[in-house]
Formats: sequence, structure tokens, C-alpha cells
Amino acid sequence: MRNDITRRDALALGLSAATVAATGVAAHAQSAIKAADAPAPKLPIEKGASLRMLRPVRFVQADEDVFRANAAKFTKETGVEVKVDFVGWEDINQQTAVTANSGAGPDIIIGFSDAPHIYIDKLIELTDVADYVGKRYGGWLPLAQRYGKKNKSDTWIGLPFGATAGPLIYRKSILQSVGFDKVPEDHAGILDLCQKLQKAGKPAGFALGNAKGDGNGFASWALWSHNAALLDEAGNVTINSKETIAALNWVKQLYPTFIAGTTSWNDVSNNRAYAAQEIALTANGVSLYFSLKNDPATKAIADDSEHQLLPKGVAKVSPMAGLTLNAMVFKHSQYPNAAKAFLQFMLEKDQYEPWLNANSGYWAQPLAAYAEAAVWSQDPKVKIFKDTMNSTYYDGYAGPISTATGAVSADYVLIQMFASVATGAATPEAAAAEAEQRCKRYFRRQK
Amino acid sequence: MSVTTLSSPVLVQRQPNWLVRLFDYKPFLVVMCLAPAIGLLAVFLTYPLGLGIWLAFTDTTIGRKGEFIGLENFQYLLTDSLWWNAVFYSVVYTAIATFGKFALGFWLALLLNNHFPFKSLLRAIILLPWIVPTVLSALAFWWIYDPQFSIISYLLVDILHWRTSNIDFLGSPWPARFSLIAANIWRGIPFVAISLLAGLQTISPSLYEAAMLDGASAWQRFRYITFPMMLPILAIVMTFSIIFTFTDFQLVYAITRGGPGNSTHLLATLAFQRGIAGGELGEGAAIAVSMIPFLVFATLFSYFGLARRKWQQGEAND
Repeated sequence: MRNDITRRDALALGLSAATVAATGVAAHAQSAIKAADAPAPKLPIEKGASLRMLRPVRFVQADEDVFRANAAKFTKETGVEVKVDFVGWEDINQQTAVTANSGAGPDIIIGFSDAPHIYIDKLIELTDVADYVGKRYGGWLPLAQRYGKKNKSDTWIGLPFGATAGPLIYRKSILQSVGFDKVPEDHAGILDLCQKLQKAGKPAGFALGNAKGDGNGFASWALWSHNAALLDEAGNVTINSKETIAALNWVKQLYPTFIAGTTSWNDVSNNRAYAAQEIALTANGVSLYFSLKNDPATKAIADDSEHQLLPKGVAKVSPMAGLTLNAMVFKHSQYPNAAKAFLQFMLEKDQYEPWLNANSGYWAQPLAAYAEAAVWSQDPKVKIFKDTMNSTYYDGYAGPISTATGAVSADYVLIQMFASVATGAATPEAAAAEAEQRCKRYFRRQK
Repeated sequence: MSVTTLSSPVLVQRQPNWLVRLFDYKPFLVVMCLAPAIGLLAVFLTYPLGLGIWLAFTDTTIGRKGEFIGLENFQYLLTDSLWWNAVFYSVVYTAIATFGKFALGFWLALLLNNHFPFKSLLRAIILLPWIVPTVLSALAFWWIYDPQFSIISYLLVDILHWRTSNIDFLGSPWPARFSLIAANIWRGIPFVAISLLAGLQTISPSLYEAAMLDGASAWQRFRYITFPMMLPILAIVMTFSIIFTFTDFQLVYAITRGGPGNSTHLLATLAFQRGIAGGELGEGAAIAVSMIPFLVFATLFSYFGLARRKWQQGEAND
């Protein structure tokens, strides 16, 4: 019996332990996910194929570890080298733009939500892969269909990998101390709560700065919860409406109850303010909860925190859209079959389930069958993120997704509309009119 | 008897080949010598500038080829309150920051021009803000101006107890605008100070000695010797400073991204926001092109300033 442990063995043991830690013990338990039999598309991989892909940088370390491990597994099984680069969230749009315009660069890019709709002419169709994994894993969820398919068609131009939501997170004990068990669903109740939190010295804080995730999330929620929308179903700009004015007036009342400085907040500001116990209520992804939970110094804050879907206001359901990872394959790729095969491989249960579990709830599945993944039963405070991609709200709601919907979000038009009213720089009517002018400019070619 | 005539050695000398003759031809030689420089200028200066100007007259978006639309982008900008806001803030930003940088930079240059211990070391330290990458200093200022975790607020509230609440540097338009200007001044002072220090050291000490013998005061020596002698270099440094400040991007984009409420957009950040983030390449290019008249003005200011020979000779203006 060999009982000496070499340096290589030690390294292998370390890697194995790290993978177990990353993917969670539950990932190794019996999987509850059912995979139906479906004929896989024929994708003969091109001779000598190699792939390069970009994707947004991980929030949870295990995301990157398992993603890389899955890519390495694909290389081992097919011989196709896959180089994965992780880039900052704010940089992915620019890098995608350069790739699309120059016709050179990565074969695959995982962008955000509406990115495939912006670069639609530069992408290859992914319908065969989408149909296959859809049939195999219980069908695509509504948000995945919305972002993955070309508008008003069954042609897939992107393959959604998951979405992260930004529900409310609050300090249970502080809300109870001002007479609330949870955040009310109506606007008057939310305002009342925020006023009481401010008096208690632990105010609320929602990003009104140029923050891609949190700022756009708050602005969209404020609109949708008043039944206001950027577009109607025909794609007409409807931002300058009485519903929008009502939303702006409400935020104008709400803003003075916030902690100072939210108009300059970026995507990390609310995390820091909440972790420092400066605020008792904000909206954020699960990463905040996990960073608090995994640090002994802040675990008590995590234990005292609860998540809640964004309040409905006057909408019928919680108006919350998930920020979606959406994979694209570019026409300039010399190896389109290898690229499609790679994406298909990554969405198969053997790869996707460990990756989903490793993300601890940060990304929620686009395919219905993955709702049975172990990650959703590990921590009751995370379960709320499971149905993120069941949302019927999305960037550009309630119209068709287009280049312009992404531009409005990227140009922070809605955030600045609310910020200008909140700071008193513009009246609600003037801010709505200015946003309308800007939106019409973006949408002038979409009609 | 026959007579054989031998050809002269001079007559059989080989004619230079066509290539040598070509390079002996002066106009050709001039063109060949200038070609690399012209090529570099065309590729790296003229093409990007020309493409930018062309894009400004098209409706190009990212991912879609545009068509020529004439002045439509510029007509739209004239109706766009955000563009006017960016023009206003670009001018205010440039004017106040340039004034601040020159006042403090000139003062610092005069101090550094004196003899004192560790002079070289201090001069090197002064350069630090200029050497540090802009984004790094922008991140430092972002922290300094943080509404919750600012070191300035911490000092005033928790240590000195001079205030009861944190300062909201970036949360409303004018404080945010002045905060960015302060960061720009901090960053720009070394460039001005070191450039002007170089100019100060070219002034002959004999001029000051003569003035002192004539009983001139310190202010008179500055007024009638230092300032006039420094005018040429002041004009050059100011031109560069105006151009750098007017086209600033990194500080503003890293600290406020143009917020709050679009109040701190410079033309450069607005051009990027519209052209790259928003995908409207044509409109973004038009915003960038709209900066050209301001930059041309700054360049002409320098050209005509320097063309006045009396300045260069240290004499008063007429």
C-alpha cells in the first residue's frame, strides 16, 4: 500500500477540498433534478477548434472556480481549448461593443440581459441548443424567454445562464423596534416605515446614483410599482405619464428619509452602508447577505437580516426584474459549432447544477427543472431568489426589447429622472418631459 | 601605319544606376524623407480625427452602420438641456480649476525656486500627484468624498466634533461640482508648478541684483521682472492646462459618472456616456466635435500670445 503523499497528491487533495467547499456538500448528494430525454442537436465540432470567451467577473469566488472547472472538463472531453476571461461588470458592454464592431475577438461573450438584442446582426442563432435544453430541463422561464428570444419570434439569439435579483434586505430587529414586522406592500406604508426608520437613526437607503444594478433596479421598481412604464406593448414611449408623475412625487417624499448621499451611490455603496449598520433597509442581491454571513464580525447582522420581494405598490405582482447573464456567439467565430456545443455542455445538469449550487443563490436558474437544485433548500433566507426568472418584468417593460431599451438603462435615463426630482433640481413634470425627450431619441429608429 | 585612339579613363566611368539617380533627385528625396512622418500623422492623428468628425454627421450606433444625416446631431444637441448643462459645467470647471492650479502652482513654483535644504527631494515629492495614475487618485478622492465613510467627515464629526453630521460632498449638484474641481486642482498643481519653476530658473539673477541695487521691493521685482519674463511660458502652460482640463474625463467618470442628476457631466464624459454606454456613436462624436471650437480658442490664445515678441523680451504689453 502506498502511504507516502507527494506534493502533487497534496495539491490534488487541496483542490478537491476546495471544490467541495465551493460547490457545497449538497451538490454531492443525490440530485433531485430531472432531465427528460430529448434529441441533442448535431454539432460536429470543427477540426482544431479553440474558443475564447468573456464573461462578467464573479461575485462569489466559487462561481469562477466551478465555471473554470466545467470549461476544463469540456476541453478534456472534446479537445477544444477554452480560454475564459472574467471582466468587470462595467467593462463588459464596452468590450462587447468593440468585438461586435470590429468583427474580431472572443467567440462567446456572456453579457447582460438585453445585450443580444443590441448586437443581433452580429450573432448566430442558438435556437437548436435552446430548444434542446428547454425540452430536457422543463422549459425556459419567462424572463429567460424574454431576453433570449428575438422579439416576437421563437428565434433564440442568446442563451440565458441565470439572473440575479435585488429584493429588499432589512434589519428585522430595527423594523420591529419601529412597529413593523416586514416592509408594507403599499407606497404610503413604505413611506411611513422609512420616516420612522429615519427618526430611529437607522434610515433606509436606495441608490439614486449612476449604478448599473442597484440604481436602475430602484428606478424601475419605483416606476413599475406605480403601474408606470417606459413603453407600451406596441413600443411607444410612455414614460411621460400621470403614473410616472405619481412615482416621481412619491420618491420626492421618500428621498428625505434616506441616509444622505444616495444620489452619489454606486453599486457597492449600499452594501457598505448596510454592513456598517448605517442603514436598516435597502435592496440588494444575495451577495450582501452572504458576505455578512461568512464574516464572523458581521454574522450577527446577517442573522438579524431578512429578504423580501420588492413591494407591489399598485402592481399585481412584485415588480422585480432580474439582471440576467446572457450568452452570445458571434458570427465572426471560426468555430460556431464548438461554441454552441460548449454552451450546451455548460447548461447540462452535470455542469450546471454544481455551478448553480456553488453560487449560493446569487444566480437563479433560467430552466424550470433546476428549481429543484439543493441550493434553494440550504438557507431559508436565500429561497426568495429561486423564482427570479419567473418575473414578467424586464428592462424596457412593457414594450419589445431592442437596442434602445439597453441604451436607456446604460445611459441611466430613469435614475437621473428620479435623482433630479429628489434633489429638487427639476419638477416631476420637467424631469418626466426630459426623460421622454431622451427616450424618444433612443427609440426613434425602433418604430 | 594605323593610329589607334584610346578612350580617356574619364569617359568610361560608370553611370550611376536609376535608383541612385532617383534618390539624387531632390524633390523625390524630400518626399521620401517626409513620407514616414506623414504616414504616422495620417494613421494616428488624421484618420481618428477624420473618422470622429465623419461620425458626428451620421446616425451610427454601436452594432449598426449609420447614414449621413448632415447637421441633425448638432441640431438635436442645441435642444438638449443636458448638452447645454455639460457646456456650462465644462467652462466653469475649466475656468475655476485653471485659475486654482495657476494661483497655487505659481506660488509653489516661487517657493521651490528659493534655496532650502532637501530642495531636490521636495521637488520630486511635489510631482507625486502628477505621476500617480489619474484613476488611482480618482478612487482616493471617491473615498475622501464618500457620504458615509469620508475621512474629512470622520475628522470633523468624530474627532474634532465640529459637525454633527457627515458632509454630503457628491449628493447635490454644486457641492459635487466643486468637489470635482478641487480634485482636479490637486492633480494639476504639480504640472503647473514644475513647468513654471523651469521658467523661473531661466531668469538671469543679474536682473534681480540690478533691481535690488535700484531699491526695488519684492513686489516690484515680481511685477516688473518675474511676471513679464514668465509670460511666454505662462501662456504655453496655461494653454496646455486649459486643454487638459477641458477634455478631462477620468476624474469625473470615476468619481460621479456625471451625477447627481447629470449635473457634473463634462463634454468628454457626456460624449462617452452617449457614444459608448448609450451606443449612439454619431451623437457621442458630435458632442466630442462640439469641444473643438473651445480647444481651438485655447490654441489661438497661446499662438497669438507667443507671437507678441515683446512678451518674449520681457517688456510690457503695448
